Amino acid sequence: MEVFVQQLINGITLGSIYGLIAIGYTMVFGIIGMVNFAHGDVFMVSAFIALICFLILTTWLGVGSVVLALFVVIVVAMVLTSLVNWTIERLAYRPLRGSFRLAPLISAIGMSIFLVNFVQVTQGPRNKSIPPIVQGDFVLIDSANYPVTLSYKQLIIWLITALLLAAFWYLVTKTPLGRAQRACEQDQKMAALVGIDVDRTISITFVIGAALAAVAGTMYLMYYGVVNFNDGFNPGIKAFTAAVLGGIGSLPGAVLGGLLIGLIETLWSAYFSIDYKDVAAFSILAITLIFLPQGILGRPEVEKV
Amino acid sequence: MAEEDAGKARVDVVRAVKDAGLAGLLAFGLFLPLIGFQTVQNIRNEVALQTRFPLLFVFVAIVAGARLIQGLVIAPWRARRAAAPRSPSAGASAFAALFSRWLGPFGLGFVILYPGIVLLLAGFGGAAKWIDNFGIQILIYVMLGWGLNIVVGLAGLLDLGYVAFYAVGAYSYALLAKTFGFSFWILLPLAGMLAAFWGVLLGFPVLRLRGDYLAIVTLAFGEIIRLILINWVPVTNGYAGISGIPRPTFFGLPFNASDQGFTATFGLEFSPVYRIVFLYYLILGLALLTAYVTVRLRRLPVGRAWEALREDEIACRALGINTTNTKLTAFAMGGMFAGFAGSFFAARQGFISPESFTFLESATILSIVILGGMGSQIGVAIAAIAMIGGTEIMRDLDVLKQVFGADFDPTQYRMLLFGSALVLIMIWKPRGLIATREPSAVFRERRTISAELVKEGHG
Repeated sequence: MEVFVQQLINGITLGSIYGLIAIGYTMVFGIIGMVNFAHGDVFMVSAFIALICFLILTTWLGVGSVVLALFVVIVVAMVLTSLVNWTIERLAYRPLRGSFRLAPLISAIGMSIFLVNFVQVTQGPRNKSIPPIVQGDFVLIDSANYPVTLSYKQLIIWLITALLLAAFWYLVTKTPLGRAQRACEQDQKMAALVGIDVDRTISITFVIGAALAAVAGTMYLMYYGVVNFNDGFNPGIKAFTAAVLGGIGSLPGAVLGGLLIGLIETLWSAYFSIDYKDVAAFSILAITLIFLPQGILGRPEVEKV
Repeated sequence: MAEEDAGKARVDVVRAVKDAGLAGLLAFGLFLPLIGFQTVQNIRNEVALQTRFPLLFVFVAIVAGARLIQGLVIAPWRARRAAAPRSPSAGASAFAALFSRWLGPFGLGFVILYPGIVLLLAGFGGAAKWIDNFGIQILIYVMLGWGLNIVVGLAGLLDLGYVAFYAVGAYSYALLAKTFGFSFWILLPLAGMLAAFWGVLLGFPVLRLRGDYLAIVTLAFGEIIRLILINWVPVTNGYAGISGIPRPTFFGLPFNASDQGFTATFGLEFSPVYRIVFLYYLILGLALLTAYVTVRLRRLPVGRAWEALREDEIACRALGINTTNTKLTAFAMGGMFAGFAGSFFAARQGFISPESFTFLESATILSIVILGGMGSQIGVAIAAIAMIGGTEIMRDLDVLKQVFGADFDPTQYRMLLFGSALVLIMIWKPRGLIATREPSAVFRERRTISAELVKEGHG
């Protein structure tokens, strides 16, 4: 029982990170029907930006307050990562809009390879670890042999994720920008006819996706305390799995899928084997797609002739 | 007309400068964290920061300068060219026709003579590197590209986990050869069959999936196979891999310095080049087999069914084509050739580990197919030569060391350039290098159609 509750807590934390990345995938897929393969690597780049920003704040400027440092790091990472993703969209995807369908996919794979190697060349191949930013925890169940704890950093991750998702939900459902996005998702030509700047809306979609990924990247760095140039691939694939599992194109689905993948991964590691946790996640993906191709919350695809 | 454009270009100077300034600012924002700062480990193994601001300003200046040139020179030139009436030059198209007519036979002749040419030019000492790193390495990818071309280019099933079959072939050969001591020539077809079997096994559950969903499930399968290879240590030896894999023999004659060896039997002086040349012709034969089988299959009902499936699955079903069998045969054929290539790879290296079968490998093979122009055999070969040969050349460019200083290591930038090249080629030619195709069924006259008119890859 204690083990289960503890794994539940860990799984939700991991799932929050996956969910935030998954939103970027699902939004881009919803609006231009493209698997943005580089998104996982954008997440990795954001973790590096957060790392560098954190080091500047602590070692050079001597900022002592954890809350202030974390806030500044998140904001800087969001802004700079948005800039990166905006540029990527502008350079690598926009020229291919309306062209052959696999071209953006290959372009995104190329971009992904580029980002990984760019970070490797500029920052070196070694693991970058930082001292723990937030320490301490609450003891929830004070059992003698297995105390269940909720660490402060897990709580921070939950709170920030919940806050961001609320803000994001408001943005998509209540603002003119969100309306424009949903309109472009349904029919780009029609949206353009009623005066929506489709290109701008798509750019903003990429920017929002990157900003959420940047928060995920910062929290990843804070949670694990280490980042490597190769760290984008696995979370990226898992987040994509989450997006597909929840129903690609559906925003609540992405979050739900992220939480499910996080839970499956941690519970599998706890009860079965840690070596095969990725196999479990990918098998779940394959099984879902085979029996429920539209995902949990997605709309079934209608085939038109 | 020309003066008008020139006038417009002059007015645009202010805008070009402004654009360049903005581009520079953007570049500054982009490069500030990753190029402006460097994270390094200090003596206590803590991560510390160093600055590289001169390098940052070089990058910003390059971006701003490029944008300025684009605004001042390239954009007006493009506008002039677009305005000028286009005259189709008959000479160029005749040359293109002649070129495409003779490219195949000439290329085939060249690859058959390639080891001889290299031996003549570089001698016995220098030839090994050229035949091994360029010849064999490129031909492996040509073969993999042609194999994946069956699945992606002909049947239109987007497969991102192709490397799984390559891995199955390699591990089948390595394990069976080491455990039971079977020879390469028995295990080659067996490895192909096992990989084809896995193709069917993985193909079954994904029959109902299309397009990107199919892509992502195949990617997941590819990763699952790799993770099993890593974690099933008693059989696969995990990360450490399998070493000491038996080498292929020339009709029972091993390529070593012993008395029963190839060189001793034919009374030649021992040299490792013989083995490399043998391996070269082996992979050349396998690649040509793949190409030949593909060409023949396209004329058979199953090949026609593949292409019909690629164009429109619903129409296919309406016509009574069994889409299940069609998809499974495509997966099986593609898998089989990857299995052949895999067992060749294991035999050539003598050592395999899961490191060789990562997603990057699948992505490389898929890029070769799409860069070449899906469905085009020659295009795939050209793309493989360009991409693999290009990255191999990067390995030993000592010229760059003289430009950038002695501690400059070109191999680091190999994959960086590979990634950028993928993006640039896609923007330049989204349909691949050879974007026209020969119709497989002909009505009255034979004509090539632009790939713009076909919609493949929808799965």
